[in-house]
Amino acid sequence: MVDAIKRPGWWRGLLGAIAFGAFGFGLVIVLRKISGLDPYQTEQTGYPHVIVPAITAPLGFLAGFGCFDYWLRWAAGMPTIPDDHSQHGAKSWKDYFKFNTDHKVIGVQYVVTTFIFFFIGGMMAMLIRAELAQPGTQIVEASTYNSLFSTHAVLMIFVFVIPVFAGLANYVLPLMIGAPDMAFPRLNALSFWMLPLAGILFIGSFLCPGGAFDAGWTGYAPLSTGAPLGQSFFNLGVQFAGASSIATALNFLVTIITMRAPGMTFWRMPLLVWANLSTSLLVVAATPFIAGVQFMVLFDRALHTNFFDFAAGGDVISYQHIFWFYSHPAVYIMMLPGFGIVSEVISTHARKPIFGYRLMALALIGIVVLSYSVWAHHMFVAGMFSWLRVPMMLTTLLIAVPTGIKIFSWLGTLYFGKIHTYSTAMLFALAFIVTFTIGGISGVMLGMVPIDIHVSDTYFIVAHIHFVLFGGSVFTIFAGVYHWFPKMTGRMYDEKLGRVHFWGTLIGTWGTFIPMHWVGMDGMPRRVADYAEQFGNWNLLISCFAFMLGAIQLVFVYNMIVSWRFGPKADGNPWRANSIEWQVSSPPPIFNFDEIPRVVGGPYEYGIPGAKHAIMAGEGAEVPAGEKSVVGSSS
Amino acid sequence: MYGRLPIVKMLLVTIALTVVISAVMVPINWNGQGASTAAPKIDHLLNVMIVLSSFVFSLVMVMLFYALWKFKAKPGDESDGEPIHGNTRLEIAWTLIPTIIVLFAGGYSWKVLDDLEHKDPHHLTVSVFSQQYAWSFAYPGKDYAYSQGELHVPVGEQVQFKMHAMDVIHSFWVPEWRIKKDNVPGITTTAIVTPDKVGTYQLVCTELCGFGHATMRAKVVVEPKSKFEKWVEGLDQELPEPYMDVLKEGSVTNAPDLGAGGA
Repeated sequence: MVDAIKRPGWWRGLLGAIAFGAFGFGLVIVLRKISGLDPYQTEQTGYPHVIVPAITAPLGFLAGFGCFDYWLRWAAGMPTIPDDHSQHGAKSWKDYFKFNTDHKVIGVQYVVTTFIFFFIGGMMAMLIRAELAQPGTQIVEASTYNSLFSTHAVLMIFVFVIPVFAGLANYVLPLMIGAPDMAFPRLNALSFWMLPLAGILFIGSFLCPGGAFDAGWTGYAPLSTGAPLGQSFFNLGVQFAGASSIATALNFLVTIITMRAPGMTFWRMPLLVWANLSTSLLVVAATPFIAGVQFMVLFDRALHTNFFDFAAGGDVISYQHIFWFYSHPAVYIMMLPGFGIVSEVISTHARKPIFGYRLMALALIGIVVLSYSVWAHHMFVAGMFSWLRVPMMLTTLLIAVPTGIKIFSWLGTLYFGKIHTYSTAMLFALAFIVTFTIGGISGVMLGMVPIDIHVSDTYFIVAHIHFVLFGGSVFTIFAGVYHWFPKMTGRMYDEKLGRVHFWGTLIGTWGTFIPMHWVGMDGMPRRVADYAEQFGNWNLLISCFAFMLGAIQLVFVYNMIVSWRFGPKADGNPWRANSIEWQVSSPPPIFNFDEIPRVVGGPYEYGIPGAKHAIMAGEGAEVPAGEKSVVGSSS
Repeated sequence: MYGRLPIVKMLLVTIALTVVISAVMVPINWNGQGASTAAPKIDHLLNVMIVLSSFVFSLVMVMLFYALWKFKAKPGDESDGEPIHGNTRLEIAWTLIPTIIVLFAGGYSWKVLDDLEHKDPHHLTVSVFSQQYAWSFAYPGKDYAYSQGELHVPVGEQVQFKMHAMDVIHSFWVPEWRIKKDNVPGITTTAIVTPDKVGTYQLVCTELCGFGHATMRAKVVVEPKSKFEKWVEGLDQELPEPYMDVLKEGSVTNAPDLGAGGA
């Protein structure tokens, strides 16, 4: 037992959390006592004796769990423990529950953890739809309802969509560029372990007096500055999720820039790598804004600063400017990695090079640049300076151009290809093109000020965000999970169940989110537990489709779990793809490559006799016979 | 080089599909009944966008489904497709044409926006006060005529709403008017509406403002000028002091209490 507490791990983590939490709690009590204040300040926004431990306990857990061990010894001038790779790679399932520096283990940890949050957030969506199935309030009262949709959105955005992409890329990106691991493996592990803490803070807010945070995921001041304690948990959770996201983005940037295999020039990188490079550029520059603005709200709440207190000269609208300066780029943070996944899947299954590869990469960069100049389109009716609206409208509409380039180039990739649709990943990628086009069209409409004035803050917005985030991002996430499932687990999944999941999800998505456009335009505001009778029938229909959409996800869970355990063994390259991750075994060896591969061509050279992307260890420089002769025989 | 695509046929199908989708969607009154001069302008802009969007959507569908039908691999075919890496002319086309389309959409929106916000020198000013979870209105006059939860306006005259939120952000929306504007604590925001149909409507709060958000509504009555004037004369409630302060001081920012804590 004593030994267990000395070693980094769960016991020491738990002890760290308790010790640091108790220290934070004690500090507040003692300081308040000395100052002659009531030690327990339980005004609505107060609770310093809860907020401070909510900061220190997670840090104590991370320290105890071993996230800082190596760095602390080094910083303190103590002899560092030479890395014996005992924290690298997974030999049994237990290793997935430990501090591990292997990008492949971390990738799996990310994907599984984020999907758990996806299902918790999904259950909340089911409750929301149950409440909305009929006008009036039946299942939950209004304030619980507000907590539910706020937590639903926050879980989906901050601990599902954004990090699940980081997880998928964590697994495949170093393999794709021929790197043995990420540039900073320990930082990578720390990034992951901050994530469940963020999720626990978000969900834990349900235990607070006054309930979970209920000011929406946008947390507009001054509603948020005056909200009950749960709001502080949102402010803090965002810090952990944000720090995790920033650290991962830095890690990706350094990995992509410095660790590409010899011969992998920028113009030979797969588009998934380009996509994560672009995403990381957005994350490192934009995420500090939401972290900052949530601290400002927390300070207004706990320290009585006056950033957003209008009665003391604060500026209410500045919250929205800072918030959206992050949160609009954030929608591209939630979409660009998906663009990368779709490019890989479509090229592989159409057996064709990506159409207009360079323009595809430039379009990503174009989106990055433009996305910093469109944030105020969320604020057309917010009462900001009116002259800001037209330039923001024009940049917003222009961002449809690089996005359109991507859609047309994927379609171009299909032409004169040999399209295989046996893989569920390909089905999701193709369906993504359709649903995302609709989400893009409603996005252009929303970008036009006169239309936005009418539909802003209605169900039209709810429909639009779910078309781009569910029909867009989540479809690409499913495509990515199915596509790399054989690589990650070494097993094949069941394509029949995959098809059931695909068709159910497609029909469920359309059935749920298409009618939302209509009720929104017709006058139903968003974020309401109760609504006018006239929208009753449509909402009942929406709820039915939503339940079907929720239920069909169980097929996915079953397929993933059972196939992971019992599926037929996958060989190294079941999709006959070109990129490097498919040239190693499934799952890949613990250090990825015996010898770093040498990149000799583009990543999508399908149909070119003898063309190769990379030369792996043990292969001669000559065009190998064997596998590539199949390619040669096609033309 | 790799065989020709039936481009003319594909374009014809795209146009046919556009016509069908537009013919179904344009006649539908998506935004519901309109009751202000803004409504037909916004609805018309929406219809233009529906036609443009139908074209884009049809084009993507035709391109996608033709490819899936024509280039689907036969079972057991393990060969690769043609190694086409791109086509510069095509790529320039699908960069430039969408740019022109969205710039047109932007320019047109700008024009409509200017039109919507054109200020009429002969207008009525109504002050709007919102607080959790109620709307009230004040009409100019000797001591401000004050109405709680019920807004009356004359038909056919431009109304400029000067809006003040007392606690958190609320948003003023009458769906039939198509006009929405946030009420922001600390500043005065303005919405311009010219109601053009007599009737009773509902004012809906569209910015999340707390547990009572869904029920924060007010009755809106649009009536002939003479009836409206009579109604205003009949108002006998006094404007509550905090509201009066806001009107006098211009905004809540100048409220005297700047004490510590501020909350």
